[in-house]
Amino acid sequence: MIRVIDLYKNFAGHQVLKGVNLDIETGKITTIIGGSGSGKTVLLKHLNALLLPDRGSVLVDGKDITKLGESALNDMRQKFGVLFQGAALLDSMTIFDNVAFPLREKTTLGEGEIRQRVEERLAQVGLSGMGYKYPAEVSGGMKKRAGLARALVIEPQIILFDEPTTGLDPLLGKSIHDLIRKMHATFGFTGVVVSHDIPAVFRISDRVAMLANGVIAEVGPTEQFVASANPMVRQFLQGDAEGPLAVL
Amino acid sequence: MLFIVRQIGAVTTAHLFGMGRGFLFLLSAFAWVFRPPAKLRLIVKHIKEIGVDSLSVVVLSGAFTGMVLGLQGYYSLRKFNAESWLGSAVALALLRELGPVLSAFMVTGRTGSAMAAELGTMRVTEQIDALYSMAINPVKYLVSPRIIAGLIAMPLLTSIFNVVGIYGAFLIGVELLGVSSGSYFAGMEGSVVFQDVYSGLLKSVSFGLIITWVCCYKGFNAPPMATGVSQATTESVVLSFVLILVWDYFLTSIML
Repeated sequence: MIRVIDLYKNFAGHQVLKGVNLDIETGKITTIIGGSGSGKTVLLKHLNALLLPDRGSVLVDGKDITKLGESALNDMRQKFGVLFQGAALLDSMTIFDNVAFPLREKTTLGEGEIRQRVEERLAQVGLSGMGYKYPAEVSGGMKKRAGLARALVIEPQIILFDEPTTGLDPLLGKSIHDLIRKMHATFGFTGVVVSHDIPAVFRISDRVAMLANGVIAEVGPTEQFVASANPMVRQFLQGDAEGPLAVL
Repeated sequence: MLFIVRQIGAVTTAHLFGMGRGFLFLLSAFAWVFRPPAKLRLIVKHIKEIGVDSLSVVVLSGAFTGMVLGLQGYYSLRKFNAESWLGSAVALALLRELGPVLSAFMVTGRTGSAMAAELGTMRVTEQIDALYSMAINPVKYLVSPRIIAGLIAMPLLTSIFNVVGIYGAFLIGVELLGVSSGSYFAGMEGSVVFQDVYSGLLKSVSFGLIITWVCCYKGFNAPPMATGVSQATTESVVLSFVLILVWDYFLTSIML
């Protein structure tokens, strides 16, 4: 269980988060939606302390990760996998080495076992035989798959997905969503997805939260969220220019 | 008036904070060197990048610097009938000053800029965040090995620059302009002492530190925007050049 309590974050005078409260249930996929620049990625980066708040707490399994020392934070981070918006694969390594990287750096596994695990993960994300290529040599969709394989390789309890379908065509986007659902069924991780791929992202979401004006405006199970009468949710889902949400 | 004073204060404070962050970055990089596991494979890889990849440009610039010194030295010394001191003048100029400084400039342009651009790209494309998220400290993984590699590779490159430069001047002075080969090397032997060699090498070690520190710091902290990488690269090269010259003055004044 991840619990976000009264989270505030300010960047150069711009208050992005203004007291966010959110519970993320274990074993479920929670999607955070919101307008561009609403602070979704900022909130996501607080969940594994890539950013630290000005005020507030993030509890992971009851521990406030904003107050952990370096060693304890590193232990905590090993519970997380992250799929970054651009996949963030290390340019200087092949896809195979990228996926093997966390195992080589953070475990004492032998090279034979690492090879077996990496090939298994690459096969699960549909990249069998592509491990020898460098990130610059593959498409955006393949990079996302490789990023997902890297996030999955240490079998984390929690995976954070930052805009997993941004920059992909609808077919590739659907294939990434299907892959996330399939991997979730296989590994049973807790997923947090930040996306504005609406309504496609609802297919993979157990719960949806909407971030607006620096706070969580609405949160609930997907069906309940979609049927919400909250004017901000209605405006966002219907894409109306008129309403309580300011459109810049 | 108050506005101007406030602006000057703000700029000064910002620069002081920036310098403080830079020094903390360097201290952190050194602290990570001594924390296991050692990254020997990465250090060797970066020695190759800094040393081997800069070798051609260092050899080329060393050769032409020596040749120019041979020409200029010959025409200056001939006015005093002192052509036989050419070897001595060239060796002292190269070993004490030109070798360390010019090879440092070459390495900054060839490898330092690439270092800043690579780390800047990693910052902008969230690869550094990815390392943090995998519980891998990016300073230990990306910065410390480069700094150690710079400390090792820079004096080696400077030594090569010096040797090539001395032979470049030999080619012009002895083979082309007719200075006696014996007097060229005898003058050198008679006037160059061990302090001239090690003071130059000591300079080159400190320049290796300056280049890797500045370029890694600027790249690592590149602003996360489209122009961030180019800005970091330009700043790293300019700041490295300036710091090399300023530090060279202080070291020279101490070691003379």
